[in-house]
Amino acid sequence: MPDPATVTPGIASGPGIHTGLTIADKTFDSRLILGTGGAANHAQLAAAIAASGTELVTVALRRVSPGTEGSIVDVIESCGVDVLPNTAGCFTAEQAVRTARLAREAFGTNWIKLEVIGDEDTLLPDPVELLDAAETLVAEGFTVLPYTNDDPILARHLEAAGCAAVMPLAAPIGTGLGIRNPHNLALICEGANVPVICDAGIGTASDAAQAMELGCAAVLLATAVTRAADPELMAAAMRDAVTAGRAARLAGRIPKRQLAKASTTFDGMADL
Amino acid sequence: MKIELNGEARGDVKTAAAAVAAVTEARRGIAVAVNGEVVPRSEWDLPLADGDTVEVLTATQGG
Repeated sequence: MPDPATVTPGIASGPGIHTGLTIADKTFDSRLILGTGGAANHAQLAAAIAASGTELVTVALRRVSPGTEGSIVDVIESCGVDVLPNTAGCFTAEQAVRTARLAREAFGTNWIKLEVIGDEDTLLPDPVELLDAAETLVAEGFTVLPYTNDDPILARHLEAAGCAAVMPLAAPIGTGLGIRNPHNLALICEGANVPVICDAGIGTASDAAQAMELGCAAVLLATAVTRAADPELMAAAMRDAVTAGRAARLAGRIPKRQLAKASTTFDGMADL
Repeated sequence: MKIELNGEARGDVKTAAAAVAAVTEARRGIAVAVNGEVVPRSEWDLPLADGDTVEVLTATQGG
């Protein structure tokens, strides 16, 4: 098996491809954000973070449980990447706002991945509570990155509320179903003036590439890497997929056609 | 005085600082909520009140 650290993307050149991802006051070289949920252990997580090339990883806030192995924050810091706390598990705006305030206290960051879910079966965002929480947190000085439905109108409202990015789902969290509504995702990208980050539902590298081809500024994924048979190798695959997808977007794909169009000219064809 | 610390009744915890010390040796990456509201580190030594619900939280894996 090839060492993921030595698998270098070959297409990462051309105008615009080296332009960083700017969210609020920070610019990142990597356009992949890695969630840490589902990692088997800290060593595996560190290897995946390194192979992915990410500079920003998410964590959740939970009760201290005795006997937990080391701190995940130490793992993240040793990787030299930034922490993006989330409000995973919150069902109401009030819960999410309180969790964000606690995360700011715990990690010393104003950045928050805002999740407010509607039910446990779908884990789909609750748009009413989400927008409410976003408005409150923006007013309190947070840099808010909301996990949202693939709804262009809601994305517009979140941007208007002052969110630093919008993060529409590809598919429900953990499903690995890939982009269920590419048309909506493209519409969100066309209409947004903040970075659009495809978040949740990515299953494999081609899904991440497709998100970038549709115009997303970045991809956030967790399960696709942490629960892959080889998380480190999948992390490297995702790194290359995001780079390839962005390059393809910048390169400008050919229009789709109903009928064939010869790439080899018929001019000068021999009379045989 | 009785409080609830991370879901368990406790009679021996008088401050947020003591609540933290009761569940972990770590200080970095820790946040304390009393009755749902964050308690800044500078106020960890203030006394708790009877019946307070205290949560001591830290980072865990999450998407």
